[in-house]
Amino acid sequence: MSAKIQDIIQNFLKTRKNKYQTYIPDNLFSQCPNCKKMVYKKKIDRNQGVCPDCGHHMRISNQQWMDILFDGETVQLLFEEYKTLDVLNFPGYKDKLDKLYGKNVNEGITTGKARLHGIPVLFGIMNTDFILGSMGSVLGERVARLFEKGKAQRLPVIIISRSGGARMQEGAVSLMQMNKTAAAIKRFSNAGNLYVSLLTNPTTGGVTASFAMLGDIIMAEPYALIGFAGPRVIEQTIKQKLPEGFQTSEFLQEKGFVDMICERQNLKDTLQKILKVHQY
Amino acid sequence: MDYTNKIKKTIKSLEHLSKNQGIDLNDEINSLEKKLADIYPEQDSHYQEEKKQHTPWERVKIARNLERPKPQDFIENMIKDFIPFHGDRLIGDDNAIMGGIGYLKDIPVTAIGTRRGKDLKGNMDSNFGMPHPEGYRKALRLARQAEKFRRPVIFFVDTPGAFCGLEAEERGMAEAIARNLFELSDLNVPTFTVITGEGGSGGALALSVSNKIYMMENAILSVISPEGCASIIFKDSARAEEAASSLRLTAFDLFELGIIDKIVEEDKDFESNLKPTLDRLEEMLYDDVFRFSFMDEEKMKDQRYNKYRSIGFFEAEKAQIPEKLLSAANGNNNGNMNGRNNFLNEVARFFGLK
Repeated sequence: MSAKIQDIIQNFLKTRKNKYQTYIPDNLFSQCPNCKKMVYKKKIDRNQGVCPDCGHHMRISNQQWMDILFDGETVQLLFEEYKTLDVLNFPGYKDKLDKLYGKNVNEGITTGKARLHGIPVLFGIMNTDFILGSMGSVLGERVARLFEKGKAQRLPVIIISRSGGARMQEGAVSLMQMNKTAAAIKRFSNAGNLYVSLLTNPTTGGVTASFAMLGDIIMAEPYALIGFAGPRVIEQTIKQKLPEGFQTSEFLQEKGFVDMICERQNLKDTLQKILKVHQY
Repeated sequence: MDYTNKIKKTIKSLEHLSKNQGIDLNDEINSLEKKLADIYPEQDSHYQEEKKQHTPWERVKIARNLERPKPQDFIENMIKDFIPFHGDRLIGDDNAIMGGIGYLKDIPVTAIGTRRGKDLKGNMDSNFGMPHPEGYRKALRLARQAEKFRRPVIFFVDTPGAFCGLEAEERGMAEAIARNLFELSDLNVPTFTVITGEGGSGGALALSVSNKIYMMENAILSVISPEGCASIIFKDSARAEEAASSLRLTAFDLFELGIIDKIVEEDKDFESNLKPTLDRLEEMLYDDVFRFSFMDEEKMKDQRYNKYRSIGFFEAEKAQIPEKLLSAANGNNNGNMNGRNNFLNEVARFFGLK
């Protein structure tokens, strides 16, 4: 008899629990990697991916970049039809590619044409979703074509760089993409066109040593890791701890390799001012 | 197999004609060389034999061998009356890169090369062949000087890569390499690169922006060292041998990929007796330098641009056409529908389906 009453009471309590249990979804908050505070995600999105407490510039998606920088409905994607090939039959590469293409990630750069405060520009936005944003044939081809189009149509080019370097699964072919992009930029530059390069966190390796560092104007986001060799490789070579702030944008500006450091909130207006001085 | 030899003979006779008459036959020679590179590997048994002599890992070891002749030996033996120059006119000199003026037979040239040691002392003196940014800036300065005086430039490359140290990053290593790629791509004089040993990624590439790239038979050119690749991709640096085969970094692989232009055969006793091999290389270089001197400047720069512009392997997918349109354009033989068929045919042709 008491067992039955116990069951009834327990069931009754369960229903009460289910009725009053509030549902809190996951992913409402995320932790800022810099100040380690938990911040409401929507607040970060509204702040363009910048932590409202410490100002740390977080990684944002290509779509978010396009929303921040370009006027609504003016974005036209270009050269999307190029697809990566496993040229060298590198072990494990084809599976990796299939998986990534299955998730609809189309290579490490999105190129296109858009308007920034009404000014037509060509853009390239890199992301680290596709094998760390490494430069392979498709990336090199998209960048080269972007600059060739810019030269033909006399449009300025803005490239937002983020990369881990050259794609080793494509061997020396990816190495030659550095040459290809630099040569295309030279021809573009000889014709008097403007190329603004924005370096974000992190930009390393073959991409830094080719098109990222060839802008007429090189801008960087605050505290971005920018360099040629990765910090761990340097530490192993010199067998010492690296100094504070080494390879950050501020360090590069001090040493003379970055024109200016621009916060994300000011980026669109600064770009507009630059383009206007160049009479675009 | 027969016709590869015939094509080679044709190229030789065209080169002779060009030399004797002083005319520009570069288009014809370049296109024949390209055809040869496309068909050569599979058809030529001599090439296949040479290729099978060593595995890629063995070639890596030969390229890195301390006793192997270094670029400074190449320059000493091939460039007459060589006068070395120093400094980047900005902050300093770099012992890992040497450069200067001299003669290739009777043509004044600027020769630039990396320096490597054959023993510990030599290596410490030249930083193990790993240049700092000032080395690349020195190379660019000497190349610009060659451009002013209309001298071809020859690069000899053998480096494990650019030095990855504190000062190197502070002095802008990435910018120095990018600047070299940028400026040298447009140089007004013909440039040639010989990769004599190890070609380490960006550090070697900054000296390899040339009209023609030669590689010694046992040289390697790679975006990352086999050990680095093994530790990153296979998570085990002991699998470097496997990585070396996967990376396709030998001269033969790169020739087949269309990245380098010529492979220079090495004699069996190259390390102890380098004269005969270097004489052969000197002949090959001289022929190319000579015939490029007849080329119109813009054409020569276009040849260099197109060489790198055409390197890249990818698929270009066709646009997706809805099924209904496809089947209507292909199928319907209904007499009354001719007008509609024609329209659909046009659409299909526009999308590249017919």
